[in-house]
Amino acid sequence: MIAMLRRDLALAFRSGGGFGLSLAFFLIVVMFVPFGVGPDSGVLARIAPGILWIGALLASLLSLDRIFQLDFEDGTLDLLAVSPLPLEGVVAMKALSHWLTTGLPLTLIAPLLGFLLNLPEGAYGWLFVSLLAGSPAFSFLGAFGAAITVGLKRGGLLLSLLVLPLYIPTLIFGSQITTLAVDGLDNATALAATVAISLFTFALVPFAAALALRVNLR
Amino acid sequence: MGHNSIVYICIQFVQPLPLFAVPKSRYSSFMDLTVTDLSCSRGDITVVSGVSFSIRAGHTMILRGPNGIGKTTLLRTIAGLTPAVCGTIRPSTEDIAYAGHQDGIKGPLTVYENLRFWARVFGTADITPALEAFDLMALVERPAHTLSAGQKRRLGLSRLLLTGRPIWILDEPTVSLDTENVGKFTAILQRHNKNGGSAIVATHIDLGLKQSTTLDLTAFRAGPEVSHNPFLDEALT
Repeated sequence: MIAMLRRDLALAFRSGGGFGLSLAFFLIVVMFVPFGVGPDSGVLARIAPGILWIGALLASLLSLDRIFQLDFEDGTLDLLAVSPLPLEGVVAMKALSHWLTTGLPLTLIAPLLGFLLNLPEGAYGWLFVSLLAGSPAFSFLGAFGAAITVGLKRGGLLLSLLVLPLYIPTLIFGSQITTLAVDGLDNATALAATVAISLFTFALVPFAAALALRVNLR
Repeated sequence: MGHNSIVYICIQFVQPLPLFAVPKSRYSSFMDLTVTDLSCSRGDITVVSGVSFSIRAGHTMILRGPNGIGKTTLLRTIAGLTPAVCGTIRPSTEDIAYAGHQDGIKGPLTVYENLRFWARVFGTADITPALEAFDLMALVERPAHTLSAGQKRRLGLSRLLLTGRPIWILDEPTVSLDTENVGKFTAILQRHNKNGGSAIVATHIDLGLKQSTTLDLTAFRAGPEVSHNPFLDEALT
């Protein structure tokens, strides 16, 4: 299992690709917002948490189709399916390595980008915490979508359509954490809900995705 | 009684340590592969039906038949990748190692890293025998994407030796191997048989194995009728 995680991380770092791409995409989306909305710092501060969340969401969507597609194409997935590793564990490790190479870097850089959007002072910590709590759900829900669409040509588009609606609850509660904190309101419920969604996906997605993979490998 | 069980528990703890691991020259148990009345499907279409055979431990079965007859489908079913339409396969897939058309090699990783990953997956400590058997020692530091097709195939096949499983399911293993390496592969297969392992090999060439039987799938071709899809039937009526 650890071997699986280490291999996926080594592959992600060595082939470059997804790792830097997501970060660059996130940076560009966030930097474009002031150009589109205008330089009014009051407006920017108001929409900053939402923009940062949507940016992080779209950036982690970019590399989702790579979770299983490459292993499917070169036959590794067949071999993993008949190996002693449980396929559920393989899915969990692959989703985890996707989060470590996209969600975690996005979370770390988000406060920095918040500065560009004139995020209110007290919100930086909450932005970091909210993304830390919510972004794993993006990777795990994405792994489910990737498992369903593996083997499809141009599956990436279908994957986005399947997965984006599932991201809505995380997006609502996750961006609320920071917005409520900015307004000086209690955000414990929103934080609890975000963590709950993430934990729910950890528990459920490995089984659902493994089932989808088995069907797709037939 | 109590004393015995303590000793037993101690042995349980000691055994997994690599220090005490003895290199396995023989498979832990002799296993016959028995397939009874097996039907396999690809998509909704049953391609072969009524396949029954038995391979004794230490023997190899050569699978023959024209393109599209269902050799790969049969092998994938036996390996446990595709559920069988009906019929039984013994033993379970935990004793079966599968090597298909694709080698499952990661280009950015080196030859050594590729094999080490599979060794960890299968809990094998030493990958040197696998490297030596297929003459890969000189290539260990090479990134796998720089290998030739034949070298990749050898790397893919060497994975079989890491599985420690007694039954090998091989789908056209000699594709892109040169004559010399086909000879080496045959020798490895014979050594596998000698150690009590068995194998099914789908191939179009003559491997020149002594202890082998041949099964021609042409006799088991399923009828032309497409198996019924209840949703489609309902939609059409």
